[in-house]
Amino acid sequence: MFVLTGYEYFLGFLLICSLVPVLALTASKLVRPSRRGPERRTTYESGMEPIGGAWIQFNIRYYMFALVFVIFDVETVFLYPWAVAFSRLGLLAFIEALVFIGILIIGLVYAWRKGALEWS
Amino acid sequence: MNPGIDLQGNFIESVKGFGIPPGAARALWLPLPMLIVLVAATVSVLVVVWLERKISAAAQQRIGPEFIGPLGILAPLADGLKLVFKEDTTPSKADALLFTLGPAIVVIPVFLSYLIVPFGQNLIVSDVGMGVFLWLALSSVVPIGLLMSGYASNNKYSLLGGLRAAAQSISYELPLALSVLAIVMMSNSLSTVDIVQQQSGYGILGWNIWRQPVGFLIFWIAALAECERIPFDLPEAEEELVAGYQTEYSGMKFALFYLGSYVNLTLSALLFAVLYLGGWEFPVNVGTIANLIGVSENTPWLQVVTATIGIGMTLLKAYFLIFLAILLRWTVPRVRIDQLLDLGWKFLLPVSLVNLLLTAGLKLAFPIAFGG
Repeated sequence: MFVLTGYEYFLGFLLICSLVPVLALTASKLVRPSRRGPERRTTYESGMEPIGGAWIQFNIRYYMFALVFVIFDVETVFLYPWAVAFSRLGLLAFIEALVFIGILIIGLVYAWRKGALEWS
Repeated sequence: MNPGIDLQGNFIESVKGFGIPPGAARALWLPLPMLIVLVAATVSVLVVVWLERKISAAAQQRIGPEFIGPLGILAPLADGLKLVFKEDTTPSKADALLFTLGPAIVVIPVFLSYLIVPFGQNLIVSDVGMGVFLWLALSSVVPIGLLMSGYASNNKYSLLGGLRAAAQSISYELPLALSVLAIVMMSNSLSTVDIVQQQSGYGILGWNIWRQPVGFLIFWIAALAECERIPFDLPEAEEELVAGYQTEYSGMKFALFYLGSYVNLTLSALLFAVLYLGGWEFPVNVGTIANLIGVSENTPWLQVVTATIGIGMTLLKAYFLIFLAILLRWTVPRVRIDQLLDLGWKFLLPVSLVNLLLTAGLKLAFPIAFGG
């Protein structure tokens, strides 16, 4: 029935876990008070009238981090099969991974030198 | 090798005794471990909240919760009940759908990760082949929920908190994944059960913590950052951002964030115990003791005792780590955002890469000591 054994539990657990927020919110909906009024629903800004919205364009500074992250995350995904099969692959795989990680370290050094990892 | 207690087999056998076909018996069994784990995870949140309040109080020479139940043990339950009865406000300028979806997306993957936490040889919801990798994949879903709720609130504090949460968790996911990778390499498997078995047989000396002295520190720092615990609680730094992405949340939706963060802390502690502290292994090998007093490992009562010790040991190790995390909260000050990113990218990432290559090299040089 399932090609991947053990994953029927994953699907079942996903279903049961998804019920947690649904049940919690429904249960609270039944018992909580609800008072409506425009004042109650204003955005919080330290007790002041909010000045402008938050949906504007501004420099979030994390953009370069996100780019570097994508590169290294993909690298980690490539390394997982290598690590699992390492004992069967032996010395050659070690040298290959050394070259692979070496290239990525050069990339990290480049990003570092270019200032991509500076927050300010 | 001790086969361990087989609850599923026993359950199906005993249900078949009532004349129910095996297929139906299996279907009856399917939701049971999941519900038990889910309830246990929720109860453990109450315990951790109580511990946090009591230990924090002790650290500051206060008494802490006292009146609700003996030693104030019911205080977290009262907190939870209060949140159920609280009014739920959605700001009129917010995106209502994303505002509700955010907390749900934070909570679901955290609970789902309990799929792969083993409490014994067979005491696991499902021993899926890719074990720890599944946990890493699920843990990277959480920041999407945080970012979503930060954006949907249409509040400046929330947006900044959500962005910080996303930046922080992507920065620390890499060291976390790479330190887990070194463990995977020693165990030749991604399955959490195999990882614990690889540490068994030598009592306390077989645990991975001795073979990964750098790896466990990286894992612990990265796990604290992923859980947004002090000193890495920047996304909700109250002096700067009020409450970060939680600012506009109240009632049950706030409770979901709260629940998620504590379940995540417990989960990280459990996985630390599994990866580095030998999971359900007793410091002294139980099989050896059984042989000494001349009892077979397959005796039913011994299997029950072993399973109980296994669950107890896993929880004991995990709660010790939670205790450490709570003490850390009162020991170290919060870091600044640029210090946080520097620590992640310029220190932990290179160190974890070197740790991985070192493990690979040592595995080639001493194959027996590093898992063959």
